[in-house]
Amino acid sequence: MIRFVVSRLIGMVLVLIVVSMVTFLIFQAVPLLAKSSPVYYYIGKAPATPELLQSLTHRFGFDQPLPAQYWSYLAGFFGKSVTDGTSAAVQCPFPCFGYSFRRNELVSTLIGQALPVTISLAVGAAILWLIGGLTVGTLSGLKPGSLVDRAGMTGALAAVSLPIFFTGPVALLIFVYTLGWLPDNNGYVDITQNPVGWFLSLLLPWICLALLFAALYARLTRSNVLETMNEDYIRTARAKGLDRRTIVVKHGLRAALTPVVTIFGIDIGGLIGTTIITETVFNLRGLGTLSIQAIRDLDLPVLLGVTVVAAFALVIANFIVDVLYGFIDPRVSV
Amino acid sequence: MTSTASQPAPAATTRTGEPLLEVQGVEKYFPGRRTGLLGQKGNPVKAVDGVSFSLGTGETLGLVGESGCGKSTTGRAVSKLIEPTGGTVRFEGRDVTNLSPRQMRPLRRELQMIFQDPYSSLNPRHTIGTVIGAPFAIQGERPKGGTKRAVQGLMERVGLNPEHYNRYPHEFSGGQRQRIGIARALALRPKLIVCDEPVSALDVSVQAQVVNLLEDLQSEFGLAYIFIAHDLSVVRHISDRVAVMYLGKIMEITDRDTLYEAPMHPYTHALLSAVPVPDPTTEARREKILLTGDLPSPSNPPSGCVFHTRCPKYKNELSESEREHCRTVEPVIEEKRPGQSVYCHFPQVRSDLIDGEPGPIRTTKPKAA
Amino acid sequence: MVDTSPSAAAVRDFADEQPFLVVDDLRVHFPTDDGLVKSVDGLSFELRRGEILGIVGESGSGKSVTAQAILGLHKGSQAKVTGRILLDDQDLVPLSENEMRRVRGDEVSMIFQDPLSSLHPFYTIGNQISEAYLVHHKVSKKEARQRTIEMLQKVGIPNAAGRYDDYPHQFSGGMRQRAMIAMALICQPKLLIADEPTTALDVTVQAQILELIKELRDELNSAVIIITHDLGVVAETCDQVVVMYGGQCVEKGAVDDLFAQPEMPYTWGLLGSMPRMDRVRQERLTPIPGSPPSLINVPKGCVFNPRCRFSDRVEGRRCFTEHPDLLPTTSTTHEVTRHEVRCHIPPEERQQILLTEIRPTL
Repeated sequence: MIRFVVSRLIGMVLVLIVVSMVTFLIFQAVPLLAKSSPVYYYIGKAPATPELLQSLTHRFGFDQPLPAQYWSYLAGFFGKSVTDGTSAAVQCPFPCFGYSFRRNELVSTLIGQALPVTISLAVGAAILWLIGGLTVGTLSGLKPGSLVDRAGMTGALAAVSLPIFFTGPVALLIFVYTLGWLPDNNGYVDITQNPVGWFLSLLLPWICLALLFAALYARLTRSNVLETMNEDYIRTARAKGLDRRTIVVKHGLRAALTPVVTIFGIDIGGLIGTTIITETVFNLRGLGTLSIQAIRDLDLPVLLGVTVVAAFALVIANFIVDVLYGFIDPRVSV
Repeated sequence: MTSTASQPAPAATTRTGEPLLEVQGVEKYFPGRRTGLLGQKGNPVKAVDGVSFSLGTGETLGLVGESGCGKSTTGRAVSKLIEPTGGTVRFEGRDVTNLSPRQMRPLRRELQMIFQDPYSSLNPRHTIGTVIGAPFAIQGERPKGGTKRAVQGLMERVGLNPEHYNRYPHEFSGGQRQRIGIARALALRPKLIVCDEPVSALDVSVQAQVVNLLEDLQSEFGLAYIFIAHDLSVVRHISDRVAVMYLGKIMEITDRDTLYEAPMHPYTHALLSAVPVPDPTTEARREKILLTGDLPSPSNPPSGCVFHTRCPKYKNELSESEREHCRTVEPVIEEKRPGQSVYCHFPQVRSDLIDGEPGPIRTTKPKAA
Repeated sequence: MVDTSPSAAAVRDFADEQPFLVVDDLRVHFPTDDGLVKSVDGLSFELRRGEILGIVGESGSGKSVTAQAILGLHKGSQAKVTGRILLDDQDLVPLSENEMRRVRGDEVSMIFQDPLSSLHPFYTIGNQISEAYLVHHKVSKKEARQRTIEMLQKVGIPNAAGRYDDYPHQFSGGMRQRAMIAMALICQPKLLIADEPTTALDVTVQAQILELIKELRDELNSAVIIITHDLGVVAETCDQVVVMYGGQCVEKGAVDDLFAQPEMPYTWGLLGSMPRMDRVRQERLTPIPGSPPSLINVPKGCVFNPRCRFSDRVEGRRCFTEHPDLLPTTSTTHEVTRHEVRCHIPPEERQQILLTEIRPTL
């Protein structure tokens, strides 16, 4: 078990290093290939005297060989002082992603502001879609062809087909602007300041985001349940004389829902990077909005930071799933 | 009785004099699995461990043994579907052990395989015309009268309706699918077909149809078969010689009547005694030799004789010093009686296992006289 | 462990005993889009305690469906089950799923073909076996555990206490089937149904398992049904045999009678198809031509007529027009179990064909 965890941890670190290396190369080396300089990411396209350009290039270290640049970028994670380009050095604690000249902020501060929004959105939506998807899927799978099944699967088909940029505005229009059931607070409300406001501000985004996933989960769960209930070991359970409830819950669902755990881990880990549309539609300033802004501005340090955070979330989620799987399925040797 | 060295069984007299296939000390070790990134590498799995035999033109060698004994892996290694990790395979006198898949291609015409599950070895999206004609396409051969005609000829020969040329595998029953597999193997007129459990998945009545077909094709085209099966009755019916395998090694190899009527290895004894025969009177008087314990792992085989951990003779009949010998010294397979090679320190002929009465049962007529 | 004792079954006599299981005109029909699938169509047999019945047939003959019908596993599905299944004079057919649940695993239990897929991969062997005990007995988990370990020992699993907490994948194939048997027998059922219990196993393991079933039958005096396609298994283990084809019983009788004097052309076909290890036979096998019948459009007349070589021996076209009854043969020697066959060929002619045309080819 310990060996498994340690070897997985090493694997995780390797993945993170590769991710950071690839993003680093894309953003640092591509301008070099285009005979431009990555320093423009920092100083913008404003014309500068050649001397100034050169001194800035030197100051940011872009005149050093690539491996050295990468190393100083990596080492920078663990805290260093960065320059804000104008005045004195700013102390940048771990995890230091550098300084955004566009926003005049430490990247870690920007991410720190955006992360709670995205996490609130993701976790709330995940809870909703798990409950909804598993319930509909299980009921459908246990009675294929029944009214419940047909209604559930029709609903799922509709939910899969409707994009968030459609359901989002429609939901806003109906529940906020027409019916007025939900406050129009236009954005995220901090949970520590106003928990009720937080909940109300996220309710529609949760539902809209969860709808899509719930539909996918309902279909996955249905087919798993259907398959499992036809397994030989379910027949054995019936032959033992167990009651239906034990057969379904203990023997059926445990096996049917196990693959869902895998998908769930990957989905929730990957969600950090995929809430962009929901955040945009509902004007939530999370990681998605932050990265879109950064792409528009060619704000390299922010982009690098978001990428590494997203990769980290995915890797951690995968790790947790693997460990969990070892507990759920004894055939997986941990 | 003169042979004393660790020679494998001599080739059975073949119709051409020279063996078609000579297998010498073939090994297939699968590398041990590493557990995780930091884990230690496990012992190699010795799926096939020094198997030797030879096969003449038009001859059938039965390969029997229980699951995990390495009989299928032997078939695959010999037909070069997987690379042997040791030993040599000679086909028509030519060493083919280390030929690359590309170099093997011309040889593929001569050496074909039929598998147990006809369905999973057929591409569900290809019509059976395409499936059976595939060997022509792969070998770049245009048969006389066109591929379609040749394929329909093959279909007719194996008992399929040639009008079904454009049907898909799922439209056929298990027995018919096995016929498809046979037709495909037959397309290029091979000299040797390795049949891996070809009739195990079929119902008895259909199984008999396929067995008869295989025999007819053999006499018509002079085919040699390696017939891998766990059903000892079918193997007795179809084989000229039989090799019994256990834990990657041949325990006993001899002609079929000797193997069934005068077997010498304790494992062969147990195997034969365990097969029930469809005759209650015979069944009532037959002795069952029950093996105890589980099959040892092929990655960690027992010391000495690999069978000693389950050997009834070791357990019940041998003295302590003899047991010591079994535990420490590995026997070599050698000729104990003319034409009968056995991997055992203390072989003993038993002739009462099949019909419960000592002495030979009525002699079998020579096959395909 | 060399067993030289002759089969105990051969010397048993069931003359004084009342039938424990009576299956009477059992029909199991499945409605499908293509039509009504008559998987079992009018099957009857009787079984006494301590007796082993073999049901033989090829795939699609209805033998597994019969087994599942006795256990009531079709309840709650689309299948229509009619006829009577009297277990100790209680008819199981009209029972509800919930009433049947109390019978399952307790009075009647079942062993399946593939022990790996029949055991739940996520629960320990011990958990799954003790569950079968707990459901029918009000005992503590500790007692159930104790009972399970005893049972595992009884079916020959070494170090039973230590292996209680192992998962199915940690067992070998033979050990898994032993565990399945332990599970089936833990409530000491009066009827054990084994559906192809050894088909997935190696022949040496098969010998062990069949031996075990016989031993436990002797100990519990249970009635046993073994469903198999292997006539060798029947000859080795069973007292009486039912040969099924196309959902019907085409021949049945005491094992000794049926093997000594098989009278139905399908049974001849089965015997002629089997390569024999124990005797000299002519080189070519005699397969049954054609393939098994559709269970939706069952052939008119005798269900075997499309594949029968002997339908021209019957006057008129009765084989094609008239469904033959299951009638006693003249060759019954057994006192209780009559030898019966479903065939239009006149008995003397049948015996003549067997003697002159069939015997020499076997």
